[in-house]
Amino acid sequence: MKLGLVIDLDTCVGCHACATACKQWNTSGTIGPLADSEPYGKDPSGTWLNRVRTYEVGDSPDSKTVHMPMSCLHCEDAACVTVCPTGASYKRVEDGIVLVDQDQCMGCNLCAWACPYGARELDQQQGTMKKCTLCIDRIYDEQLPEAERQPACVLTCPTKSRLFGDFDDPQSEVSVAVRERGGQDLMPELGYQPTNKYLPPRNPKVVAKMERRSVVGLLSSWVNKVILR
Amino acid sequence: MPDDTAPLPQFEDHDQQRIEYTTCYMCACRCGIKVTLENEQVRFIQGNPNHPINKGVLCAKGNAGMMKQNSPAKLKAPLLRRPGTERGGGEFEEISWERALDILTRRLAAIRATDPKKLAFFTGRDQMQALTGLWASQFGTLNWAAHGGFCSVNMAAAGLYTTGYAFWEFGEPDWEHTKYFMLWGVAEDHSSNPIKLGLKKIKERGAKFVAVNPVRTGYQAIADEWIAIRPGTDAMLALSIVHVLLQRRLIDEAFLIRYSNAPQLVMVEPGTARHGLLYRDAGGNTTVWDQHSGAVADARRADIAPALVGEYLTGCGTRVTTAMSLILAKYLDRTYAPENAADVCGVAAADIERIALEIAHVAFRESITLDIEWTDWAGRKHDKFIGRPVSMHAMRGISAHSNGFQTCRALHLLQVLLGTVDCPGGHLAKPPYPKHIPPAIRPAQDASADTPLPSPPLGFPRGPEDLVIDADGRPLRIDKAFSWEAPLANHGLMHMVIKNAVAGDPYPIDTLMLFMANMAWNSSMNTRQTIEMLQAKDDAGGYKIPFIVNCDAFHSEMVNHADLVLPDTTYLERFDTISMLDRPISEPHAACDSIRQPLLEPKRDVRPWQEVMVELAGRLRFPLFTRADGSRRYRDYKDFIINFEKAPGIGFLAGYRGKDGDQHLRGEPNPGQWQQYIDNECFFEYPFADNQRYLRHANLDYLQLAKHAGWVASTEQIIIELYAEPLQKFRLAGQGLYHGPQPSRAADKQRLVRYFDPLPFYYAPLEQQRLPHGRYPFYAITQRPMFMYHSWDSQNPWLRQIGAHNYLYMNRARAAALGIADLSWVWVESHNDKIKVQVKLMEGVAADTVWTWNAIGKRGGAWGLSAEANECRRGFLLNHLIAESLPRTGDDTSLSNSDPITGQAAWYDLKVNITPAPAGEALSWPQFTPIEPLPNADVSPPQLHVSSHENVNIKRAFSDIISGD
Repeated sequence: MKLGLVIDLDTCVGCHACATACKQWNTSGTIGPLADSEPYGKDPSGTWLNRVRTYEVGDSPDSKTVHMPMSCLHCEDAACVTVCPTGASYKRVEDGIVLVDQDQCMGCNLCAWACPYGARELDQQQGTMKKCTLCIDRIYDEQLPEAERQPACVLTCPTKSRLFGDFDDPQSEVSVAVRERGGQDLMPELGYQPTNKYLPPRNPKVVAKMERRSVVGLLSSWVNKVILR
Repeated sequence: MPDDTAPLPQFEDHDQQRIEYTTCYMCACRCGIKVTLENEQVRFIQGNPNHPINKGVLCAKGNAGMMKQNSPAKLKAPLLRRPGTERGGGEFEEISWERALDILTRRLAAIRATDPKKLAFFTGRDQMQALTGLWASQFGTLNWAAHGGFCSVNMAAAGLYTTGYAFWEFGEPDWEHTKYFMLWGVAEDHSSNPIKLGLKKIKERGAKFVAVNPVRTGYQAIADEWIAIRPGTDAMLALSIVHVLLQRRLIDEAFLIRYSNAPQLVMVEPGTARHGLLYRDAGGNTTVWDQHSGAVADARRADIAPALVGEYLTGCGTRVTTAMSLILAKYLDRTYAPENAADVCGVAAADIERIALEIAHVAFRESITLDIEWTDWAGRKHDKFIGRPVSMHAMRGISAHSNGFQTCRALHLLQVLLGTVDCPGGHLAKPPYPKHIPPAIRPAQDASADTPLPSPPLGFPRGPEDLVIDADGRPLRIDKAFSWEAPLANHGLMHMVIKNAVAGDPYPIDTLMLFMANMAWNSSMNTRQTIEMLQAKDDAGGYKIPFIVNCDAFHSEMVNHADLVLPDTTYLERFDTISMLDRPISEPHAACDSIRQPLLEPKRDVRPWQEVMVELAGRLRFPLFTRADGSRRYRDYKDFIINFEKAPGIGFLAGYRGKDGDQHLRGEPNPGQWQQYIDNECFFEYPFADNQRYLRHANLDYLQLAKHAGWVASTEQIIIELYAEPLQKFRLAGQGLYHGPQPSRAADKQRLVRYFDPLPFYYAPLEQQRLPHGRYPFYAITQRPMFMYHSWDSQNPWLRQIGAHNYLYMNRARAAALGIADLSWVWVESHNDKIKVQVKLMEGVAADTVWTWNAIGKRGGAWGLSAEANECRRGFLLNHLIAESLPRTGDDTSLSNSDPITGQAAWYDLKVNITPAPAGEALSWPQFTPIEPLPNADVSPPQLHVSSHENVNIKRAFSDIISGD
């Protein structure tokens, strides 16, 4: 299996629901807790596994605003795993999920530097590296209703812009979406072969105009139709 | 399943967890939530997949609910300002509930026995106005309203005086069928998750999405087309689209004739008391010109063919014209030609014309037909519903301008001309709407000691005779709602209460009681001076507002300015109803309401406000809450909700009525009702049959159901009022021609004549009319961020990591021209005040507009924040710049900065000048003395690592380590 996410940039409105759902689930989850510093003070900061970045493309008034949620892309050739000196970072054979063994991680931060996507965050309180687990503690939990065995970010997304599934299965929802919508790798030139894919914004919809040969609605020339009430 | 070579640990101990359902309260959206609890904590809050509002999804705020619950700023016990200390000093002593209730009961009883108006009871973003309004009525004070006066009254009023429903809670686009969607002036305004779900649907289906908004963030980011309109000019854009459609006769004439008052006859008798009023027959019925008989006929008859356009002489010699003729004359005028409109609204003429013709194409060339048999108001069978699949949603950017009522009416006019009202693909009503126009409630006009009001304090005037004024024409309400200054103030003017009370205009009050309204901060215009007003004293040394009671769950800025603080529970700790009598959660095709249930023990000495209200009602012996023998009628809130009946069989909750809970919408009280709601995941949904789902203003099967449910008083057709006769009555009063009350102040007369046009029109926002030309070149507006909701959650440690301080966002090129660099500091000046803020430059904002996020700025010490918190040091409120009164002109009449029709606070009318600030400390201005901690307050922790159980980590398998790379 090759599990991962598809994120639809055509419909993401940048609401941060995926980010807070992720924080909420995972702070009590297998990678948690996710620490927060200065939660009520100056410059609050904390560990998040998923953040939404916002960019503008083009100049006003023709600019486009793009919201881009970013989390671990579970690369096929994951640099973060390669550089890990303790073996704490690993990619699971079974499903391709990249994880960090919290017992083995010494918090050296090499993996975060190696990751070109900024997808890993060092938990300042625990001194270990935290990252997206694809909610491994949800997706395999058979005590959850089947429909809820999804990453928290996917479950919650209010614009349903996030899909989860197996990219090895050509009929899976994620494979179909990538095929039909031209799913893209982020920075493919780096060669890390990220599993997660992003669907590009659709072309703006064009609607025909209803033309009339002449101006006909003038008050002086109006002829009433006979329409029964 | 994972490979069995790497067994996974058991992450969650489900046996020690329990799952409960309730309703979110992280904003006003009212989503259903499924809450997993363990160890008396929240493990996980997720959207309830079965819930009609959010269908399983949940926004950023909802997902951070547990951090609201964990807030150290939760109030812990009733507080009394320490005797001898100054109001606003923040020195309180904890007192018992018994003492708090005793103090309050004595004070309120004395007011009620003398002059009940001396109690002003105003509530913020609550969801129980049916109860607070009933309470105020029983108390006998006219001075009650909720926050609608500064939120969305323009939207509600415009809708309820036009189509019988409205945007947001009373209506919604038909996301399932629409092919062209226009979003006017909406950031994260209501409603959050349904709009997001809807946008996904229409984008998947390939519908066109046009966003009209000077700022391109959030929803606008994914629009197919962005119209960067100049703030406050949307009416001009809408009416110019109308101009193009009328010129080409691209309108749904059958819809207008059957469902609107467009063909109705209007009297043309200038200079008389009849001018502009509808011509009525001897039976008092409105009339049309029947083309079959060539004569005037009762407008409600089915067997006629009304003329849409024309001028006629009636049998008794009255000159009449159709409302549609007035519509044509008005909007075909060059005023609304695209090339003229372009100058006003900053949208190119070619774009205006194109959008109009695109809309027409979708409405008339891509119509939808649903083959459903239905019966109209006259009993005639039809075999299909025809849909014009153009839909719209509009909110704050329309509402919060002083021309918002007429602007919103302009949008409704556009919808009605296209026939997109409650049809497939159009804008659908949500039960209990539509209502007859206007709704049948009139505001109470007088109050007397120890007596309930004869009708609710708020209602829908039909003309000057329904105003709440004394014999001399002076306002009877403290906020001057339903006075000549704001005749259709259906939601009151909460933003004027403090200023008026302090000025003793129209009279001083004794007690101001606030619930969840942060009037000492982000819920007031002119915050800096409002804080001073709250502390203002008279010559004798007494406070001008003698007693302030504040009910809140958290240590808001307002708590500091109260004399008595009543601590509320959080949304996870109490029973609530989101009632059919109020603002229910209905969907277009289902009547729905919902409840909250307590999931966690408060473990503080706090009480739900609704419980306190029922208790006070008992102590004060309100008639509805008291039996004939003087004993209390209701034990508590739950008992009240079950047993109170507004009319026989009609109560706060519409589901599970009847003794056995098997009746819906109407039925006798059911003692097991709460449990049945809880068993149904805390909501009730009554789906409509297919034939009851559209054209409900004229749909007999729907209207019969609506009458049964108590939503409407009769099954008579609801005729859409494009031509608003009530407005013409006020205009006649302004002209001195009305047979009834007439204003005496010149300013009132002028405003009635100018703004009470029975047809929507564009006018420049009032404040802007009074400012020196060019002095304040920028429009300044606020938007609601998707991750935060007013003051409810700014103490939330997760959400404030997304945005702990706000910037003033500016167009990059425009800023460069002024020498303003990204992230530099600027002074922003209005006619009212000035502030110093940090700028962030962007492309997606119109060149003449600046904006910021709403209510991010906080006062140090409030909400558990430290004095050094970014919200306090770098964040800011735009509110300081916004005056609650209009700048004075020559006539020296004090007028509120509000829509002249509805009294809606015009906080989007703001214009400012921006100048670079000299280099200095990175500190916003004004700064306020930090608020002191409350007695026994929790200390805000320096660090958090939240977990509801010991985390179960995954260990990398040894076999994986040795075989892996």
